[in-house]
Amino acid sequence: MKKFILAVLAVLPMLAIAAGPSLQLDEANNDLRDKASLKRGFEAYINNCLACHELKYQRYNRTFADLGISDADGVANYMYTGEKAGDHITNTMPAKEAAKWFGSSPPDLTLEARFRSPDYIYTYLRSFYVDENRPFGVNNKVFPDVGMPHVLQNLQGVRTMDEHGNLSEATGGSMTAEEYDTFARDITNFLEYTGEPNKLERESMGYWVIGFLFILLFFAYLLKKEYWRDVH
Amino acid sequence: MFSNLMAWIEQRLPLMDAMNKHAAQYPAPKNFNFWYVFGILASVVLVNQLLTGVWLTMNYEPSGDGAFASVEYIMRDVDYGWLLRYMHSTGASAFFVVVYMHMFRGMMYGSYQKPRELLWLFGMLIFLVLMAEAFMGYLLPWGNMSYWGAQVIISIFGAIPVIGDDLTLWIRGDYVISGATLNRFFALHVIALPLVLVVLVFLHILALHEVGSNNPDGTNIKKPKGSVPPEEQSKFAFHEQYTKKYDIVDAIPFHPYYTVKDLVAVVIFLIIFCGVMFFAPEGGGYFIEAPNFEPANGLKTPEHIAPVWYFGPFYTILRIIPDKLLGAIGMFGAIIALFMLPWCDRGVVKSLRYRCTAHTVNLIQFAICFIILGVLGTLPATPLNNMIGTIASFGYFGFFVAIWIYSKNEKTQPVPERVTGK
Repeated sequence: MKKFILAVLAVLPMLAIAAGPSLQLDEANNDLRDKASLKRGFEAYINNCLACHELKYQRYNRTFADLGISDADGVANYMYTGEKAGDHITNTMPAKEAAKWFGSSPPDLTLEARFRSPDYIYTYLRSFYVDENRPFGVNNKVFPDVGMPHVLQNLQGVRTMDEHGNLSEATGGSMTAEEYDTFARDITNFLEYTGEPNKLERESMGYWVIGFLFILLFFAYLLKKEYWRDVH
Repeated sequence: MFSNLMAWIEQRLPLMDAMNKHAAQYPAPKNFNFWYVFGILASVVLVNQLLTGVWLTMNYEPSGDGAFASVEYIMRDVDYGWLLRYMHSTGASAFFVVVYMHMFRGMMYGSYQKPRELLWLFGMLIFLVLMAEAFMGYLLPWGNMSYWGAQVIISIFGAIPVIGDDLTLWIRGDYVISGATLNRFFALHVIALPLVLVVLVFLHILALHEVGSNNPDGTNIKKPKGSVPPEEQSKFAFHEQYTKKYDIVDAIPFHPYYTVKDLVAVVIFLIIFCGVMFFAPEGGGYFIEAPNFEPANGLKTPEHIAPVWYFGPFYTILRIIPDKLLGAIGMFGAIIALFMLPWCDRGVVKSLRYRCTAHTVNLIQFAICFIILGVLGTLPATPLNNMIGTIASFGYFGFFVAIWIYSKNEKTQPVPERVTGK
C-alpha cells in the first residue's frame, strides 16, 4: 500500500508543468494584528477610495469595534454623510452614471482581497504608469487598460514604463517611495480585514478546537486499546 | 418504572432488538483495516451537512438579488455564521474525499461482488445523488463561479438531440440561469435531494447488514450451521438472526468494538477537517474558488471556468471529446461503468490480496488515471492537457474492459478459510 501511495505521488508533479504562467506580484507582507495599520488603512480608504468603491457588506460599527474605535469617535471622525453607526459602508455614486464615466461601474471592494489577493491589491496600487492612449492618461501594469484614474497620483507621483516593462522611480508625489509603500500596505491590510473580519477569531478558535481534539484522541485511543484487549 | 416503560415500548416497537441486530450484536469481521473507516466518516459528514445546512437555511435568502449578500450576512452578522458556513463548505469537499476512498475500498476488496451487488448499486445511487446535491448547492452562494459552473454543466444536457434545448430550458426555468434557477435549486438542495439521500443511506446500511460486511481478505465469516466446532466459533454473542442460520467465525460485535475504534478514526478525521476549516477554508482555492467572491454576473465570464475539484475526473472526460454529445455520453458512461462493475468483474475471488497481479496493476493504473483526470479538470484545456487527459480516460475505461477479460479465467491464489489478521 505504501508503494502504491508513493507511485501516485510520483506521478502528480508531472501535472504541475501543465499550469500556465502567472503574473508576478509583490508581497504585501501586511499584518492583520497591526491595529494601527488597519486604522490608517481604514482612514485612507474612507478619504481616497470610498467615493467610488463601496464596502457594502461591511458595517461601520463592526469596523469600529474590530479596530478599537469607539462608536462616538467613529461617527465623528470617519462618517461624513450622516449615516447611522450600524449602516453598511456605502457611497451615493449612481451606478449607471458611473458606468458611463469609467466604462464600467466601480466594483464593491469588500471581498476584493479574497477575490484577487492581498498581494494583488498591494501591487496594483503601486503599478500605475503614464499612458497617453488611455482616457485618464494612466494605465496599470497588473490590470491592463483599467478604467480607473490614478487617484493617488498626488501622493505617489508620476511613473513611466520603459520598453522592457519596468516602471521608473516616481516624481512629484508628496510621499517618498517608502511612505507610499506603507500607505498601500495599510489599505491592503484593511481590505484583507474587510474580506473576512472573523479571520483572526477563526484561527485562534482553531488552535483551541484542534488542541481539544488531540486530548480527545489520546483518550479515545486508550478506550479503544482497553476494549480491544478482549479481541486479541 | 423506567424498565417497565422500556418493556412497554419494546412490545410495541422492538427498538432494543433493532439496536442489537444492527450494532451491539452485529457480527463485523475483526480484521477491518484503515480503508474500512470511510463509511462511518461519510455518515459523520452527512450529519454535519444536514445540521449546518438547517442553520444556514435560517439566514440564507434564495433570490437572485439577495443570495450573495445573505451569504456575506451569514459570514459577518450571524453569530458563528462563518463557522456554520465553513463547516458546510469544507464538509462538501470532505464528503467526496471520504466517498471516493470508500468506493476505492470496495474496489480493492471486491465488496461489490456477489452477494453485495445491490449494496454497491445503492452506494452508487448515493454517489449520483451526492453529485447532484453538491452541484445544486454550489449555485446557492450566487458567486460568479457558481453561475458559470452551473451554466457549463446545464448546457451539457443541451447536447441531447431533439429535446436538448427544451430540457435545459426546463431545468433552468428561464432562458439563462436566473433567480428562477436559484430558487428551484434551493428547493431541491435543501429538501428533495437530502430526503432521497437519507433514504438511500438507510437502504445502503440495511442491505449491508442483510448480506454482511466483507473484509480485507474477502473471506466469508458466516459458515454453514454446524460446520464449525464451538471452540473455533467467535466467542461473542450475536443476534439470533445471524446465528440461526450460520456459525460465525472471526467476528466481533460492531458495538462496542468498532464504535470505539471508529471514534479514534473520527477524531483523527476531525483534526484534519478542522485544520482545513479553521486555517484554510478556501482549500487553496479548490474548496471555495476565488471568482466566487464576486457576485454572479451573466455578462462577465471568469477567466478560467473550473468545476469544483470533485467533478474534475468526469469534467475532463467530457472536455477531451471534441463532440459535445459524445462528450456527454463519455462523462455519463464513466459513471455508468462504475454502476456495472459487479457484472464487469467475472471473478469469484474478492480481495486483491489473492487475485492475479494483473488485477493489482489494473487497480493502481485506474487510481492514477482517476487522480490525473481530477487534476486536469481544474486546469485549463491546453493541447498537452487534453492529450494527457485522453490517455488517462483510456486508462479509466480500460480498467473495466481489462477486468472483464482477465477475470474470466483468472489465476488466483487460494483464499484462506479464516481471516489472516494482517
